[in-house]
Amino acid sequence: MSAKPPAKTGLALPSSGPVTKQARRRRSSGIGVPIARSRFLMIAVTVFVGLGLAWWAATGLEWVKPIFLPSPGSVATQIAKLATDGTLWVDLSASAYRISIGFLIASALSIPIGVLIGSFRSWEAAIEPLVDFIRYMPVVAFVPLSILWAGTGDTQKFLIIFIGTFFQQVLMIMDNVKRVPADFIGLGRTLGLPDRKILTRIVVPSALPGIWDTLRISLGWAWTWLVLAELVAATSGLGYRITVSQRYFQTNTIIGYILLLGVLGLITDQVMKALEKVLFRQDGHSQ
Amino acid sequence: MTVPKLRIAGLDKSFGTGERRTEVLRDINLDLADNEFVSLVGTSGCGKSTLLSIVAGLQDFDAGDLSIDGASILQPGLDRGVVFQSYTLLPWLTARQNIEFALKAAGYDRAACREIALEHLDLVKLSQSANRYPSELSGGMKQRVAIARALSYRPKMLLMDEPFGALDALTRHQMQELLTQIWEEHRLTVLFVTHDVEEAVYLSDRIVVMGIGPGRIMQTFNVDIERPRREEVMETPAFMDLQRGVHKAIREASRRPEMA
Repeated sequence: MSAKPPAKTGLALPSSGPVTKQARRRRSSGIGVPIARSRFLMIAVTVFVGLGLAWWAATGLEWVKPIFLPSPGSVATQIAKLATDGTLWVDLSASAYRISIGFLIASALSIPIGVLIGSFRSWEAAIEPLVDFIRYMPVVAFVPLSILWAGTGDTQKFLIIFIGTFFQQVLMIMDNVKRVPADFIGLGRTLGLPDRKILTRIVVPSALPGIWDTLRISLGWAWTWLVLAELVAATSGLGYRITVSQRYFQTNTIIGYILLLGVLGLITDQVMKALEKVLFRQDGHSQ
Repeated sequence: MTVPKLRIAGLDKSFGTGERRTEVLRDINLDLADNEFVSLVGTSGCGKSTLLSIVAGLQDFDAGDLSIDGASILQPGLDRGVVFQSYTLLPWLTARQNIEFALKAAGYDRAACREIALEHLDLVKLSQSANRYPSELSGGMKQRVAIARALSYRPKMLLMDEPFGALDALTRHQMQELLTQIWEEHRLTVLFVTHDVEEAVYLSDRIVVMGIGPGRIMQTFNVDIERPRREEVMETPAFMDLQRGVHKAIREASRRPEMA
């Protein structure tokens, strides 16, 4: 709908005479110019389909060897096979369990600590510089150490997910809390509320949409760290399957699992976004 | 001689320390009588909002004394209802729940909270919007809820910091009229900060003009315009004379001493 329909009513303006309404073309591109949702979807789908076709063509015309890049059909068949024989579900549930626990531990600690350092300057002084320092240490470098400390079982996976997400979460949640309008806290004070109640009844609910967003974003990273940990040392899980497949040159499994990880990330992200809309629908600032 | 509702005596305030120290308020002396409506006016930087914030207990001060009904105050508290320019309605609560939030803090029981909240929404003519969330309310409506909330728990006085500053001209006029009406019916001691002289004259019993460098009280005007006041009063010569007088005083007060 790029043009306005011409006015059909007979209400001609008195002075206008024979009006030839020119269909005014609306700008369809440019910085910040909105586009229709259908158009947005169409472009997005086109990109996916285009890449898929390129992949299909590249393999179908044998531009690349299947050992480097198997055809989409081969990947789909392999994934279907792994799904029917149950391997996929075992891998998936092992990984899902690890990410759930690891992410829950990280979040359960980062939320109270983030709220604390976002609210009280002395706590910020005690914790923020330290967290900032640790945050810059590459998670990858902790993998050998984590194996030394916790072996190669689930605990080590929790640890890696924790190291990878907790420190980022703390800083982001601190920021979420600092964004609570100062007047909200002033309101709490003028109502004679003690700090503890201002924290639980004003600061936390006010920061909650932001905190939720932080969780959503850090959950994406958690997937990355999980797979990393599983790639290095594991006896089950999606990352483990990828490493094993590499040994047997099962490129179709590797690619299938990588795509699956992408899809899982997309699904969790959309679920979190949908929940955000339900949980914080009244909050003008989360829209 | 009766004790004033609010007494500000010899109040000094500065920000920062050492070389960076800037004096914001110097020797502020101001008494508000019971049920008196007093406006603080002056150019930006004269410390009027800081003064209000100090009276609210949200900022401390360096010297002087602050008392309500003769008792010194240092902390914020339920004896002073505050209306901020930024509405400060909690977005996860409905209009009614926002008022109930304050009443709960003031220790009212549940049933009373609900009843008083609805009563006050009615007072600001928002009964229809009791169950709407702030994001569904216009700026003027939000500020009406905020006023209702500040009045609901029966503070001894009301402190308002440019409450209509963010509203468009038409809404602002409506709010001024509503506030006058409520105030004339219910009477309360009000300290009102504004940069809108017309608003100050229309609402106040007394206007205090503050000057800069450092902030201090320069001049006081008594507003001897009869109540009840309705919008038409703004057209009268007495009103306009006073408005001109206050404007002139602000202009003079805002000249920095070193430039005079």
